[in-house]
Amino acid sequence: MPRSGRLASALLSILMFALFLAIWQVATRPGGGEQAADTEYAKMLGSAAASGQKSAMPSPKDVGLKMWEHVKDPFYVRGTNDQGIGIQIAYSIGRVMLGFGLAALVAIPLGFLIGMSPLLYRAFDPFIQVLKPISPLAWMPLALYTIKDSATSSIFVIFICSLWPMLINTAFGVSAVRREWLNVARTLEVSPMRKAFQVVLPAAAPTIMTGMRISVGIAWLVIVAAEMLVGGTGIGYFVWNEWNNLSISNILCAILLIGLVGMLLDQILARLARAVTYPE
Amino acid sequence: MEFLRVEGLSKSFAPPRGGAPFVVFDQVHFEIDKGEFVCIVGHSGCGKSTILNILAGLDEASAGVVIMAGREVAGPSLDRGVVFQGHALMPWLTAKKNVEFAVKSRWRDASRAKIDEICQRYLDLVGLTGSEHKKPAELSGGMKQRVGIARAFAIEPKMLLLDEPFGALDALTRGVIQDELLKICAATHQTVFMITHDVDEAILLADKILLMSNGPDARIAEIVVNTLPRDRSRNTIHKDPQYYAIRNHLVDFLVSRSKEFTERPPADYDPRHPPQVTPGLAVDSPVIPVSLAVPRAATSAAVIGIRN
Repeated sequence: MPRSGRLASALLSILMFALFLAIWQVATRPGGGEQAADTEYAKMLGSAAASGQKSAMPSPKDVGLKMWEHVKDPFYVRGTNDQGIGIQIAYSIGRVMLGFGLAALVAIPLGFLIGMSPLLYRAFDPFIQVLKPISPLAWMPLALYTIKDSATSSIFVIFICSLWPMLINTAFGVSAVRREWLNVARTLEVSPMRKAFQVVLPAAAPTIMTGMRISVGIAWLVIVAAEMLVGGTGIGYFVWNEWNNLSISNILCAILLIGLVGMLLDQILARLARAVTYPE
Repeated sequence: MEFLRVEGLSKSFAPPRGGAPFVVFDQVHFEIDKGEFVCIVGHSGCGKSTILNILAGLDEASAGVVIMAGREVAGPSLDRGVVFQGHALMPWLTAKKNVEFAVKSRWRDASRAKIDEICQRYLDLVGLTGSEHKKPAELSGGMKQRVGIARAFAIEPKMLLLDEPFGALDALTRGVIQDELLKICAATHQTVFMITHDVDEAILLADKILLMSNGPDARIAEIVVNTLPRDRSRNTIHKDPQYYAIRNHLVDFLVSRSKEFTERPPADYDPRHPPQVTPGLAVDSPVIPVSLAVPRAATSAAVIGIRN
């Protein structure tokens, strides 16, 4: 895209954001909110709801101030139920990395094997087809029962949801390596190991990386839900905890952060994918 | 004693629903001497590429054997270098790394310096000095094919197999690379088997041209011996009267006789010894003008130009 076009799109983005903030601001202005009829509910929300002056929904300014608080001190620890948002997100990233890393360790070699052998490809296919569409959270009770540890169970859930895209893409990428490159290797009497690492792997690398990128995206989606279920630590738990505290500001801060981290993870994988992609 | 002998080669496929097998070619016999450059010419579907792949060890024949230097060809080997139709370079490697991949396969324990030296020598040979570190995507079609040739030559094979290597190139580039190939082959006394669709290319490069009849059930209909002097070059070849005699003979075969042969093979045809013909030598014989009259009509303008 030419420079002027990029500038225009950036301006438009800023304009849309400003419009969104303005609507938000108007919708949450004092007095505009609904009356709190339920006294129990009003008690929980505090004076603002009781007086009916202010909506329970925070204004952009409230969220901004809250965010600033979190950014100023992201890593505080004040007991098990009150830890900084940075610590929570670090827990989540750690679990995703661990589950995703383990999945890569299994999926890439196994996918390689499946992709190399049409026999194995067909033999594994029905299992993959059945296991792939299962919601990763459906494994959670089974994991909790067998592993008997909630933190490990959430890692297992990440493992299982990251596994399939990487496995399928690796197997596909390996099986689709051009016949002519393999023929070159054959005429040069290249050893199987050298063929695997110097011909098949680089040839299939872009497809494998695409699978990893899909996996990390899914893993990041799933971790929030898994932590809500499992509890203890993590950004998913934080969101659920703040829902119990009825702090919508905190929830919104967490949502924004989840989005940013997800984008970051995707960008890292995209960068890696670009590094192994070859123009033909 | 010949260097390569092909005996009774045949390739057929069983049809998916049973019935008579589909025979691509059958009873293919020919020989190649050491240092000889042999081209095979024929229409698409006659199985030229399959024959080349069988020689390379990449494909298996349904019947028959290939014997190279006294040993049967069973599977691919570093003794036979292949230049593939679509260059088959690995796009993630630079030109030099592509050649290096082959060199390292040939000399597994060679030192870094020796590998570099061999790679550079062959890249220089095909005129790619200065483009060593470019990826295939940054090279033109002709340059990519040169890398493919350098890669095949670099392993110093006993025999070179070229599968229509210049098919995708423009005429100008093709001419330049043909000249280079001719020069390299003359210098290294390389034994070459090459597929081509281009009659002029065959006459320029080959010592012997195998003519294949149309498939299915194709055969080697005849073997044309190129009687032009071996030091022929692209610039002077068309000035030799023999050139047109050979060219017309080949064109005539491709236009009509390749089809006729399949329909009605000559009664005295023996697939073990396909007739060897020397249309170039017939130029000076008194019988020839009559027999050449028909094919020459097609290129009469060119013939008149030469005679003047």
